[in-house]
Amino acid sequence: MTTLLNCRDVVVEYPGKGFRKPPFRALKGVSLDIRPGETVGLVGESGSGKTTLGRAVLGLAPVTGGSIEFEGRDIAHLARRARRALASKIQVVFQDPYTSLNPSLTIERILTEPLTVRNVGSAEARKRVKDLLDQVRLPTDAGTRLPREFSGGQRQRIAIARALALDPVLIVCDEPVSALDLSTQARVLDLFREIQDRTGVAYLFISHDLTVVRHLSHRVAVMYQGEIVEWGDGDQVTAHPQHPYTKRLFLAAPVPDPVRQAERRAARKAFAKSDAGAAVAG
Amino acid sequence: MNTATIPEAEISTAPAEAGAQLSLFRRLLRNPVAVVSMAWLALLILTSIFSPLLAPHDPNLASLQDVLANPSAAHPLGADSAGRDVLSRLLFAGRYSIAGALLTVVVSLVIGVVSGLVAGYFGGWFDTIASWTSGLLMALPGIVALLAARAVIGPSMWWAMAIFGVLISPAFFRLVYASVAAVRDELYVDAARVAGLSDTRIIARHILTVVRAPVIIQAAMVAGIAIAIQAGLEFLGLGDTTKPTWGEMLNDGFANIYSSPMLMLWPSLVIGVTSIALTLLGNAMRDVLERSGSASRSNSKTPMPTVSAEPVVTHGDADRSAEELLSVEHLTVLYDPPGGRQVIVVKDVALNVRRGEVHGLIGESGSGKTQTAWAIMRLLPEGARTTGTITFEGQDLSTVSPRQMQRVRGRKIAYVPQEPMSNLDASFTIGHQLVEPMRLCLGISRQEARRRALDLLARVGIPNPELTFRAYPHEVSGGMAQRVLIAGAISCDPDLLIADEPTTALDVTVQAEVLELLRDLQKELNMGMILVTHNFGVVADLCDTVSVMRLGRIVETGPVMDIFANPTHEYTRSLFDAILDEETSRGPLENDTTDEGVPA
Repeated sequence: MTTLLNCRDVVVEYPGKGFRKPPFRALKGVSLDIRPGETVGLVGESGSGKTTLGRAVLGLAPVTGGSIEFEGRDIAHLARRARRALASKIQVVFQDPYTSLNPSLTIERILTEPLTVRNVGSAEARKRVKDLLDQVRLPTDAGTRLPREFSGGQRQRIAIARALALDPVLIVCDEPVSALDLSTQARVLDLFREIQDRTGVAYLFISHDLTVVRHLSHRVAVMYQGEIVEWGDGDQVTAHPQHPYTKRLFLAAPVPDPVRQAERRAARKAFAKSDAGAAVAG
Repeated sequence: MNTATIPEAEISTAPAEAGAQLSLFRRLLRNPVAVVSMAWLALLILTSIFSPLLAPHDPNLASLQDVLANPSAAHPLGADSAGRDVLSRLLFAGRYSIAGALLTVVVSLVIGVVSGLVAGYFGGWFDTIASWTSGLLMALPGIVALLAARAVIGPSMWWAMAIFGVLISPAFFRLVYASVAAVRDELYVDAARVAGLSDTRIIARHILTVVRAPVIIQAAMVAGIAIAIQAGLEFLGLGDTTKPTWGEMLNDGFANIYSSPMLMLWPSLVIGVTSIALTLLGNAMRDVLERSGSASRSNSKTPMPTVSAEPVVTHGDADRSAEELLSVEHLTVLYDPPGGRQVIVVKDVALNVRRGEVHGLIGESGSGKTQTAWAIMRLLPEGARTTGTITFEGQDLSTVSPRQMQRVRGRKIAYVPQEPMSNLDASFTIGHQLVEPMRLCLGISRQEARRRALDLLARVGIPNPELTFRAYPHEVSGGMAQRVLIAGAISCDPDLLIADEPTTALDVTVQAEVLELLRDLQKELNMGMILVTHNFGVVADLCDTVSVMRLGRIVETGPVMDIFANPTHEYTRSLFDAILDEETSRGPLENDTTDEGVPA
């Protein structure tokens, strides 16, 4: 079996707000596959549907068309109970490390939460927490403390530890580093990669930042207005973009180098004036 | 996030803060109002429980000799119109009043909390029905409903209180519903769902904890209302006259108010004090739970600590020809809450901006870059103290009066914030928010200001200025809102523009356009500009000079070209090292021999 997750023509519609309003189509038929141990990057701007696709895979968004196959079985239309059984296989790391951890629970209680589903004994759970904290390079005595005592980067490590608690085979990472400082960002990305090398987990890595995605992804999909506009090997898509929108995205990101940024700025202006650029202008 | 967070490296081994675990009760004991209220309620409950032991007489024993007797050794508080002992009745009445109030609380709590949880968490048809029912109950006049119920069921105190519990249950329903709706979409609830927790477990773990505190507070309030309502019903003579209650005593006292006014005093005193105690206890709990203590004010008595100067890596100044616009020297910002920990967020900062120059202020969260920008505009929140000089066009801004400062801000120094949406007032049109400051600053007529505003909107690249002028902030996108704020900032032709992370909240393609706009405007108006950012790409794009900040200090400063070519300070280098380079990508998955199924 070479595909772990296979999304085919996934459509997500949210009911319209107001009487007889047409539903809002967040995803307009999206196809994508992830192999075991692979990182698939998903790039797009706000409203492109990239987060919605992640939520659809997690069972948090209403899939109204197409299918999402996980290990050969359609998971898009599972009942709540059957969906819960999948928890140990598919996990999540959210963008905001400030709201993704319940502020009133200690780190230990946050990390043991997924374990309670499996009825793991308390002694064993405590041992597991130590092990998880160790895996994400946090001190093992962190368990007794509350989320607010940790910085953004540390909180994101805790969120990663929670995702790892059930030994998943796929983790949906929804902008996991965009709320972090530059130096913290690099370290957390290294951690993601290290965990993948060790455990062979696959990532669906969602980000608005082409550079971050390129750094981590084997393959990259670019989303625009609810559709995938470009999809292929990471180095191809991020270095030699074909679709005008990917080009525009690529040229818009400022390079941290004044000389090269001046060149890119000129290229961006020239592209915006061209026909292809005008077609995807905001 | 402008307060200092714990640096990544600094992980203390201290145990969890004890305050977080401290129970509500122990914290309440520190609040004098709560202590007095709780003492009264405890006294009331104890005397009611032990009333058979404490009461000198049977509360219903009528004695003709003692009708309306004055206080005496036999009747410490006198006797009522049937010659019954007032003290005994008061003690026994406590049992019925408290039990009645409890019944109301329990009924409303069960109905309100359960329906609120279900409606708030699951939504759907139950939500619709429950919300309608709650609205209906709230619209129903309580006393009329209770009178109708009495006509049907007869004079029963218990029934009346239970029905009142139903009538007041929306108080709990709405509270719980709102709290649940607020946390239902929190990411940690989503994470719990993904972790496979059942709905009941999620409610117990994540939702009930949020609802618990406000429900306890509300329960105290409802109990107070229930006691007053019960007394009201009995006073009107609608209660069960066979039981001694405070309201019934009030009724009796009222009938004899001319002959024996003291009879009114005791029950009204008990009812009043009990209701007040419950309300105050509710308030005290709210204060303790929500920590709405005194606002942190500056503690100006303690001397400013001296902040030592540390060497700053300074690269050669590129252009000395332009006029110096802003010069900041020895700027230190300190937060000194009384009883709190002193925090110095800006330490001995020096900064120069020339006319027509864009100065970048780069640093990670907690480095003090925003605090520096706010200190220059003197917009720091209360509780902050500053020292140092801020010379702007030859005038020391740190010494001018708040009134003069107000004139400088907006006219001479303009500001573009990070969050465009939260900096526009949702209840006014965009046009109104542009016109009013211009009329004030420039003293021009409404028509003139309107014409200028439309020009400005066109200038900042808004496709249809007329339409945007009439629009409300929620009708435009984040990028448009930022353009509007930039239009507002330049409307009074400022000399210095302070932009605090102006593109951080925007999409990358929109960011490029907004940066382009800022660049053009800055050139056109020859403004000085301070650009606060954490993004080296933005600095490379727009800035002439840059200062790198770390933990409140500037560690390196100079022309952008020099610093990017030759970062010298260790920290600047570590930041540059952390930048993900654009060349390396990960390539396809290794040992992947089955190259099939890659859609084009």
